[in-house]
Amino acid sequence: MNQNYEFSFPVEGGNFDDAGKVSVEIKRLLKDYGIPSEIVRRTVIATYESEVNIISYAHHGTIAIHVTDDSILINITDSGPGITDIEQAMEQGYSTADDHIREMGFGAGMGLFNIRNCSDNFEIVSTLNEGTFLKIVINR
Amino acid sequence: MKMNLAILSEKLGLEVRGGEDGLNREVSGGYVGDLLSDVMANSKKNDVWITCQSHPNIIAVSALKEHAGIILVLGKEPERDTLENASREGIPLLVTTLSGFEVVGRIYNLIKT
Repeated sequence: MNQNYEFSFPVEGGNFDDAGKVSVEIKRLLKDYGIPSEIVRRTVIATYESEVNIISYAHHGTIAIHVTDDSILINITDSGPGITDIEQAMEQGYSTADDHIREMGFGAGMGLFNIRNCSDNFEIVSTLNEGTFLKIVINR
Repeated sequence: MKMNLAILSEKLGLEVRGGEDGLNREVSGGYVGDLLSDVMANSKKNDVWITCQSHPNIIAVSALKEHAGIILVLGKEPERDTLENASREGIPLLVTTLSGFEVVGRIYNLIKT
């Protein structure tokens, strides 16, 4: 097949109006490339949760996708407050979201948990007052 | 008989607010929830999603999960942007004054029994 596609999207922090828009676009592109639906499903869950995390907590960020014959590599980079305790943040149900975010049905403390569940390889690095980096690999 | 939202709408007296073009898409199951991450993780393609969330972000969730459509319960009305997004993504959006419990129970009886 020799597939090799790279694309990236900026995500603006605090802008809930467009939450999910980038992931809908990523889904369209992956479908256009003929990626199997189960791989698309896992990829967009990971990008959607990452997108919502950037909007909820960071100033701005980027979602970058690299499609190869073997895998979908997703790099999420944001500049923001960072995560104090990553282990705690990974726990299902733990969230620092405020009431405004929770009222909309976000901030359930499931985001990072869902991302890890959809990944074959998942790495997270966070620096306080700088930002957070996620590397997600989904094998094809 | 394959179930779709046009039939469910008639049987349950739901009102269609947007995305009419998709009303004949098959409904194979359903999911109820107001936490978006829960719906992202656990709902399935062709589910009808029952929720009381009415803001525009529900349409992105439904589009990503390829839901058959969304039913807003307890008389919730979609926000204007929600309607616009529903039309753009072709996601049927229906409303009812019934509670989630009533809606889910009736739909379950129609499609799972």
